[in-house]
Amino acid sequence: MTSLYDELGGAVAIDAAVDIFYRKVMADDLLAPFFDDVDMERQAAKQKAFLTMVTGGPAHYTGRDMRRAHAHLVAEGIGDAHFDAVVGHLAGTLKELGVSDDKIARVGALAESVRNDVLNRDPAV
Amino acid sequence: MTGRIRRGNLDLVLEPGETALEGLLRGGAAVPSSCRAGACQACMLRAVSGDPGSLAQQGLAPALREQGWFLPCMSRPTGELVIQEGPPPAIAASIAEVTEIGPAIVRVRLEPDEELSYRPGQYVQLIQGDQVRAYSLASSPAEGRALELHVRVHRQGRMSRWLAAAAPGTRVGLRGPAGACFYTEGRPEQPLLLVGTGTGLAPLRGIAHDARRRGHTGPIALIHGARDPAGFYLVDELKGMVDGSGNFRYVQCAMSGEPSEGLEIGDLTQVTLRLFPSLKGWRVFLCGSPDRVNALKKQCFLRGAGLKDISADAFLTAEMPPPPLRTPANRTA
Repeated sequence: MTSLYDELGGAVAIDAAVDIFYRKVMADDLLAPFFDDVDMERQAAKQKAFLTMVTGGPAHYTGRDMRRAHAHLVAEGIGDAHFDAVVGHLAGTLKELGVSDDKIARVGALAESVRNDVLNRDPAV
Repeated sequence: MTGRIRRGNLDLVLEPGETALEGLLRGGAAVPSSCRAGACQACMLRAVSGDPGSLAQQGLAPALREQGWFLPCMSRPTGELVIQEGPPPAIAASIAEVTEIGPAIVRVRLEPDEELSYRPGQYVQLIQGDQVRAYSLASSPAEGRALELHVRVHRQGRMSRWLAAAAPGTRVGLRGPAGACFYTEGRPEQPLLLVGTGTGLAPLRGIAHDARRRGHTGPIALIHGARDPAGFYLVDELKGMVDGSGNFRYVQCAMSGEPSEGLEIGDLTQVTLRLFPSLKGWRVFLCGSPDRVNALKKQCFLRGAGLKDISADAFLTAEMPPPPLRTPANRTA
């Protein structure tokens, strides 16, 4: 099956999506404080990796990577509300790019699959 | 043809399907990497010659692409690819002239022993004894071989006070150029916004002239920020760039004083956003004090400028810790 990543147009389209997505995240008062002191280029590269993954593109991230990468944010208090907000901005970004609702739902499901890893908790919770 | 990579003492022929990164690691090179899918940019290196392939430069800023930076995890070269290792050697130069051009700001003209290939807006490392400082180039290769630096003379500055007092003929060392804050061709109609504080004007001056020289047709706006109205310099030259076409706009912004024609009073970020509320489609250059540059970068992005269309060069003074390596020139060190 072709991934949404390929349908969207691969890396070129993901580059366009990163700006829109990152802007939405930074403009969100709930999320903005966590992005105040980060290097914007490095953060954009991470967002690109994230968007690549949730659209089914080539990614080599494990649950362990996800846990390690977000551990400091969990310590600072991120939770489901933050995760939901990010997924919401992801859906908004894809909508802006003209992606159909059923495909956005597929991406949402892929994003959902990393929720417990991002929030560093036991899958059973 | 089979791909072949060279880097320092390493020289190896790639196996079919092997990426440059895999080859480098197989050859024992210490190259950091993470996603190996062209996303995280952890493995970025610079090609000195040869073609890393367009896929290996997908997503990199034009300024980086132009200088040969590429992602070895996505590179399957079909010919020979020579990859930079370690910093380039220093070249010697003579100080030709030191002139006061503003309050506690001197222009230093240097005559390098060999011609330096650079883009206006890039910076060099100036080496004097055991002291090394980065200074942006205000000059352009089109103006000749001499290099021009704008140096803020700090009260306690070891290098800046030494430079301000240096006699013509004094020898220094140079390393570089470096930095990705320069004009790139390809979109001559794109509007440009240049904002700088203090001697952040040096690279912006170079970039503005370079853009015009390369046939830029879109509007160019330059905002220079200073603490008070006495802090502006190069005023005549910049006013001289304003012509009847309205294509060049020069705005001064001071934190205090009386506003007048061409002089705004207030916070540089606020003034910039008030004058340019929407930056969608714009190319933005930001140079000067780190807090101003970082605040502007974020706000310009939120106002619609693409992240790859924003070039920022934050000037750090010597007391501060070195900046995080954005371009991994010394990554292997």
